[in-house]
Amino acid sequence: MSRRSRSRPRSPWILHFDTGSCNGCDLEVWALLTPRYDVERFGIVNKANPKHADILLITGPVTKKCEARLRALYDQTPAPKLVVACGNCASTGAPFQDAYNHCHGVDSVIPVDVYVPGCACRPEALIDAVVLAIEKWRSLDQGWTEREKEKGPELGHEVRP
Amino acid sequence: MPRTSTIPFGPQHPSFLEPLHLRVRLEEEKVAGVDLSLGYNHRGIEYAMEKDWKRNFFLSERVCGICSFHHSTTYAQALEMVTGVQPTERARLLRTVLLEVQRVTSHTLALGHIAEAMGYENLFMHFFREREEYMRIANEISGNRVHYCMNWLGGVRRDISPEAAREVSRRMEASLPRLRDLADVVRKDSTWLKRTKGVGSLSKAQAEDWAVVGPVARASGISYDVRLTGNAAYSLDGIKFKPIWREEGDSWARCMVRMDETLQSVEVCLQALSLLKEGPVASPFKGNPSGEGFSRNEAPRGELMYWVKANGTAGLDRVQVRTPAFVNIPPLGEMLQGEQFANVPVIVVSVDPCICCTDR
Repeated sequence: MSRRSRSRPRSPWILHFDTGSCNGCDLEVWALLTPRYDVERFGIVNKANPKHADILLITGPVTKKCEARLRALYDQTPAPKLVVACGNCASTGAPFQDAYNHCHGVDSVIPVDVYVPGCACRPEALIDAVVLAIEKWRSLDQGWTEREKEKGPELGHEVRP
Repeated sequence: MPRTSTIPFGPQHPSFLEPLHLRVRLEEEKVAGVDLSLGYNHRGIEYAMEKDWKRNFFLSERVCGICSFHHSTTYAQALEMVTGVQPTERARLLRTVLLEVQRVTSHTLALGHIAEAMGYENLFMHFFREREEYMRIANEISGNRVHYCMNWLGGVRRDISPEAAREVSRRMEASLPRLRDLADVVRKDSTWLKRTKGVGSLSKAQAEDWAVVGPVARASGISYDVRLTGNAAYSLDGIKFKPIWREEGDSWARCMVRMDETLQSVEVCLQALSLLKEGPVASPFKGNPSGEGFSRNEAPRGELMYWVKANGTAGLDRVQVRTPAFVNIPPLGEMLQGEQFANVPVIVVSVDPCICCTDR
């Protein structure tokens, strides 16, 4: 595979989109980018432009009005792309189960690769999710040598099975 | 004849955390008009709240993650008015501590967000470093970072040990000098002043006309604060408190009000922690509420109101929420009129628009 696709998992750029969440998970996404957790040292940068993004961090249960916008963002992101559903809302829409104006989770609109539990999800869980997403990427990517596949992502972080 | 153009902002935009859509009409570089589009975050919480009054302590926090404890406290106070149950003294003080801790996290978020909107990344990181300290303090008191899940009818659900209270006070006192340094930056830094001073002004007459609340009103010369008068007034617990207000009415004044309130909140927290006495944290209550209740509280963005109508069953007839961002967002059109296009993100963020509160 090309050099570009080999280097991408080492510096995944994320796009964060709020599809009607209560801001709880969004704050934790922001906490990731700020000094305490600081994922930028692993090469993870928050990009507001879907055309620059590799991983979509989606929060919220996807309200009816956001549905078309989420689909548009997903279509604009170049492949290979990964989607992480952050929090209980994005995974199943559970906290707002009785409410009428949402689509019960991100996976009813676009395919999701990693689900993060928690209301609001903890920043540590989000880091785990991004690492898992990269793992999935690596397993899909045929260009990796066996040695590189075994070595795992070089993020200085223990990956949960 | 000036050239005109229309530029869309959002719903997904680098400087907004939340889905807010602005359609900005420009004449050359000046803003000629703004159309607001809301409703991206509407989930129908008020309808969901009619199902079960006990689950609403959980659900009311999910109205907004930035001021979650204010929402659940106001809901609990409204139910306390319905049932006549009085929260214990210790519960009131613990609520005050958490309300003010959350106000610190919200105000530092707002200030950091403004710094980010003007491209001042360094200051954004500084504000968020201080914010993280208060997230950890909230974690220490309640066990959660964002939604504290602490409120219950007649009090709070968890107590704080004396050691933990001492530790929390120590960490708050340690953070005060760092917060004062940040206040100096907001007050004096030339980059900050150039981007905010005289930008997005809202006069006192306009503020009264639009009925704005919270820091936006207090920055425009209206010294209105519910913490003085509401059914949870701080003076009832013996806490000394005076509202902070300014007269300039521009973005800088809004920032300064938030910054001074952050420092004040820490001091209120320390007062409340020193006033804590041993005792139960909740009054007992059995059965289902019946009747009407109303409550208001000073959320970080301003006056928050809940009205509850209960019918003696597990369900409620109606829960009506009036959030502060709901009244603070419409005057944006007035504030943006005639401003430079580059100032639009700063002005919008200086109002601290909370879309999840507004749309619910």
